[in-house]
Amino acid sequence: MPQIFHRSFNVISRVSIFGAIFFLAALGWVAAKTVRAPYYTGAFTAIEQPVPFSHRHHVGGLKIDCRYCHTAVEESAFAGMPTSKTCMNCHSQIWVGSPMLAPVRESYKPGGPPLEWNRVHQLPDFVYFNHSIHIHKGIGCVSCHGRVDEMPLTWQVHTLHMDWCLDCHRNPEQHVRPREQVFNLAWEPPVDFDPQVYMEKYRIQSKTSCSVCHR
Amino acid sequence: MGSSGLDLPEVQQRLADAQGREYWRSLEELAGTEAFQEFLHREFPSRASEWTNPVTRRRFLQIMGASLALAGLAGCSKSPRQKIVPYRRQPEEIVQGKPLFYATAMTIGGYASGVLVESHMGRPIKVEGNPDHPASLGATDAFAQASVLTLYDPDRSRSVRDRGQPSTWTAVLEQLSKLRKDPEKGGAADGVHVLTESVTSPTLAGQLTSLFGGKGSRWHRYQPCNQDNALQGAALLFGKPHNAVYRLKNADVVVSLDADFLSCGPGHLAHVHDFSGRRRVEAKDAVTKMNRLYAIEATPTSTGLFAEHRLPLPSHQVGAFAAVPARELASALRDQVNVDNDVLDGLRRLGESGRSEAVARHEKWAAAVARDLAKAKRGRTLLLPGDGQPSAVHALAHLMNSALGNIGEKDTVFFTRPVEAWPEEDGFRSQRDSLARLVEAMNAGDVKALLILGGNPVYNAPVDLNFERALRKVPFRLHLSLHEDETSRLCHWHVPEAHYLEAWGDARAFDGTATIQQPLIAPLYEGARSALELLSALEERRDQPGHDIVRRYWRDNRPSRSGSGDFEAFWREALHDGKVAGTAFPAEKFSLDSGWIDRIGKELSVGKVERSSIEIVFRPDPALYDGRFANNGWLQELPRPLTMLTWDNAALMSPRTAKRLEVRPPRRGRHGGEHGEARADLVRLELPGRDPLVVPAWVVPGHADDSVTIHLGYGRTRAGRVGTGVGFSAYTLRSSKAPWCETGLTITREDGTYPLASTQQHHDLNGTNLVRAAKAEKYEKEPAFAQKVGHDPAHGVIENGRIPLSLYADHPYEGYKWGMVIDLSACVGCSACVVACQAENNIPVVGKEEVMRGREMHWLRIDTYFKGKPEDPRAYFEPVPCMQCENAPCELVCPVEATAHSSEGLNDMVYNRCVGTRYCSNNCPYKVRRFNFLQYADYATETLKLLHNPDVTVRSRGVMEKCTYCVQRINAARIEAEKRDERVRDGEVLTACQAACPAGAIVFGDLNHRKSRVAILHASPRNYGLLEDLNTRPRTTYLAAIKNPNDDPDLHTTDV
Repeated sequence: MPQIFHRSFNVISRVSIFGAIFFLAALGWVAAKTVRAPYYTGAFTAIEQPVPFSHRHHVGGLKIDCRYCHTAVEESAFAGMPTSKTCMNCHSQIWVGSPMLAPVRESYKPGGPPLEWNRVHQLPDFVYFNHSIHIHKGIGCVSCHGRVDEMPLTWQVHTLHMDWCLDCHRNPEQHVRPREQVFNLAWEPPVDFDPQVYMEKYRIQSKTSCSVCHR
Repeated sequence: MGSSGLDLPEVQQRLADAQGREYWRSLEELAGTEAFQEFLHREFPSRASEWTNPVTRRRFLQIMGASLALAGLAGCSKSPRQKIVPYRRQPEEIVQGKPLFYATAMTIGGYASGVLVESHMGRPIKVEGNPDHPASLGATDAFAQASVLTLYDPDRSRSVRDRGQPSTWTAVLEQLSKLRKDPEKGGAADGVHVLTESVTSPTLAGQLTSLFGGKGSRWHRYQPCNQDNALQGAALLFGKPHNAVYRLKNADVVVSLDADFLSCGPGHLAHVHDFSGRRRVEAKDAVTKMNRLYAIEATPTSTGLFAEHRLPLPSHQVGAFAAVPARELASALRDQVNVDNDVLDGLRRLGESGRSEAVARHEKWAAAVARDLAKAKRGRTLLLPGDGQPSAVHALAHLMNSALGNIGEKDTVFFTRPVEAWPEEDGFRSQRDSLARLVEAMNAGDVKALLILGGNPVYNAPVDLNFERALRKVPFRLHLSLHEDETSRLCHWHVPEAHYLEAWGDARAFDGTATIQQPLIAPLYEGARSALELLSALEERRDQPGHDIVRRYWRDNRPSRSGSGDFEAFWREALHDGKVAGTAFPAEKFSLDSGWIDRIGKELSVGKVERSSIEIVFRPDPALYDGRFANNGWLQELPRPLTMLTWDNAALMSPRTAKRLEVRPPRRGRHGGEHGEARADLVRLELPGRDPLVVPAWVVPGHADDSVTIHLGYGRTRAGRVGTGVGFSAYTLRSSKAPWCETGLTITREDGTYPLASTQQHHDLNGTNLVRAAKAEKYEKEPAFAQKVGHDPAHGVIENGRIPLSLYADHPYEGYKWGMVIDLSACVGCSACVVACQAENNIPVVGKEEVMRGREMHWLRIDTYFKGKPEDPRAYFEPVPCMQCENAPCELVCPVEATAHSSEGLNDMVYNRCVGTRYCSNNCPYKVRRFNFLQYADYATETLKLLHNPDVTVRSRGVMEKCTYCVQRINAARIEAEKRDERVRDGEVLTACQAACPAGAIVFGDLNHRKSRVAILHASPRNYGLLEDLNTRPRTTYLAAIKNPNDDPDLHTTDV
């Protein structure tokens, strides 16, 4: 009976069995990379908004504090979104006739359609994130939101995956800063900065129980 | 023993042989039938794990396949981008994302109970009690908890209707203007009548009085569960009606004469608060502090079965029974100095004239009660007559109270002027007379127009008045109500009523304290108006907002005692506090009006009947009340105390009566159907002159013999998608002559059976020593009695440094260690906690079919354990939430770690991780886990979306869920405490069940905080855990029940 396989197939079969392991591992690596990739998470993609609001202009240029618009951020789970009134505080004086601001002016009229912003940082419904406690514990806005003061339209800079959350919840010292620097997006730790001082001062605990965020 | 049912002699034999359990949950369990054994061993009942009807197994697999495929696809897609819609102008006070609480009041039967309503960005979602309000004292009942669901009920009426066609409020205004006597001045035209329910609102009463003062235009009142008897009873004594206010905290000995004072009626939350407060005892004060309750009643109620001594007695014989202690007290108190001799003489005479053969065999029992009353400290006893008892019983009870020195503000009962208002022109008229007079006027054609403000008389008026026929003769009929119900259908005009959370108003509590009701939300439906607004339109011919009407009243009638500040300050303070300070009525002097003996004697003789007759007792339903809550799914699915029936009512009767009538007890298991399904025999109830009613029969331990109880509120024909066609309407049997109890009932068994959904046997723990109880004396001598029964391997392990009985290391708790203690001595089984839990945690309703499959979703259930003979047992109520075990069996078996131990000791349940294997539930010995077999949560109905608590995930199909100690509240409190840089204070986190509990039976807190209430109670000698022998080390523990029985041999008491 003639041989079906040539001798060289011995090598091929060894390589393919051995290679399958690498192939599967590579597949896993690709999958893991893909779900974290901006392509999948939507990071670094500017989100269209009804009014092309620029944080770069307002925060970076005009140096308006985060809390001028996001009023609830120190007290509530939700940072709070500026009311039409907040916009109109200034825009009844400047850029009064700008066509870009037409939706804001419309919404400010009694009975006008309210503004509908598109959410940029979108967590699943079963995740209960609380802004106020993070602020209080000395976690800067920039740690999650990135350099918003450099964004013409806002985008997300992190994956917002659970492992990203846990990375900080397990090692909070990576991101702690003095409370007075929380809203300073450009703050860099000084050379002699010791996070442990603030870990103790702010009584920061590593909270990783499921019910901290899920309930 | 046959498995199909049970036999009373056999059951008794079993008890005698101590074969059955000491504490039992149902008659079947007591009998130990095979069927019972079968579902005992099933975690979920047979066939609960597949879709049964009408889906076949193949179809089921198809559906599964399809949904799996979809699930796979759904995993790859991304959720749609959400919108954020900011305010245009932010309302004052609101911090975006944080709830606000507003004080207002909810009324039932007119009587107010103060509440604080939680509002999330303008959406009321949860009701809590108002600690400053005398009728709430911080607690709520199941009705108040469920009221938010009624607010968002998708079946609420949405527009004004003119003969069924949509119309407008402007059209109503036009119609109303035609009903005015004079276009310029106030007052309704001749022939315009109004029908209301009980009114305690000062503003509304003012409007009604000024509008309907004339002879030709009258104000009539009717609601099916009213205070007629109590008011008339007081009138027998005083010559005019008075309102009795009870102070149970002062009472050492309480005798309930058919009064279910712990579960319904004006002020019941305050009653429970005061009554249970005397039952949360330490060993050192058990005997001195504890009160004692005697109950005489026909229908087993949670009040009665909680009592130390109970006499099941047909309701119509309670009057004859009360004559016995009257006689006994008359002679026992004769020599005392400060007793009014007239009162004693009256008691003796009435006692003699009330003598009856029917209660002869209970004379010794009654005499023993009288001895205990006479022996107790003067002014520290209380006889409490039930709303369903005739006026003579009320009068007799208060005479005895007077003889015992109980009447006075510092004692146990005092009288004030009536809280309810009625037309002033012709004195007090009972509501049944008031309605009868209206019907008479309608039949005579004197009523040209009738405004029905609230209520549903077509459904619930006494059948002998034939209200419907009379109503049809009225040329103009207008009905204001929340739903388009039976009455709306027969009215020309229907105006949607604003819910109490949508409208301004005011109302008085049981002691007269007024609350200004403020709305939490604008009416959801355009055209919705309150009764105040409707009458104001009649009065002033313009559309006045309720706010202005109420404000104007209080500006003119501001109580002088309310301080000297300006009106604005008064108004703001009243709204903030949820009550108007200084409006509680002062006590009136107790002075008997001449001729009282004859009046009472005459009334007392009316009630006498021959002995052989069977009686029918009508009672308000513990969940639906008089039927007004019929379209509320939370209440429909709430297991009624003691019967544990859901979604139905039944003719309740004693085991002996059932046997005599050859009615078989409900059959379950393989002979009846599935887990919760009970096949009940049908019986025909007949009363002379009324259509017979065929209803299922339900055998209840502890019911009086020769007596049948049927709860009101069922059999609605136009309630809505939830309530229509549920149960059987007892109103078709109820007459105006005998609204609460009628003798002469003929009862026969019908062919066929009817499926009832009762959760009585669900989630049986099959353990021993689940309930531990002792007498007060025993507790004093042996405080740790509860810890000596049963085998508890883990008890004291850590403290004594012994090796823990586990291979795993102990969990360290550096921060908080949450725990809960439930006091069985205090719990009266009212079920407010169950609905509170449902409201707080977005727990869905599953419907009757699913309950019959054992799939109800309540995270917290109330296990009811009976003890003693089936004819006359005691009951112990044991609320069972998740035990949050230290060695949790559920945690070990989850393949995906969806349930895990938290750093603070909770067994976290992670819904988004759960894949629905149900291993955890299978391994849970306490049976506290609930599985979403189907898509129970309603994602579709728009109004119900507003109802959900935004802090809790709405669970989907295929997910396990359970009690989490309200972890959302823990987290919120922890975050607030961290922001203050301190620890959570004791009492800062209240779980939903704890907050609702009027008895203070549930205590939650940090076990690591040595001085917290929960830690102190946890260290109490009464503390024990359920199924401790499994070494699960439950975190929720119980305090053994302490009872304070009288050891008089004449009382033939069941052991505690």
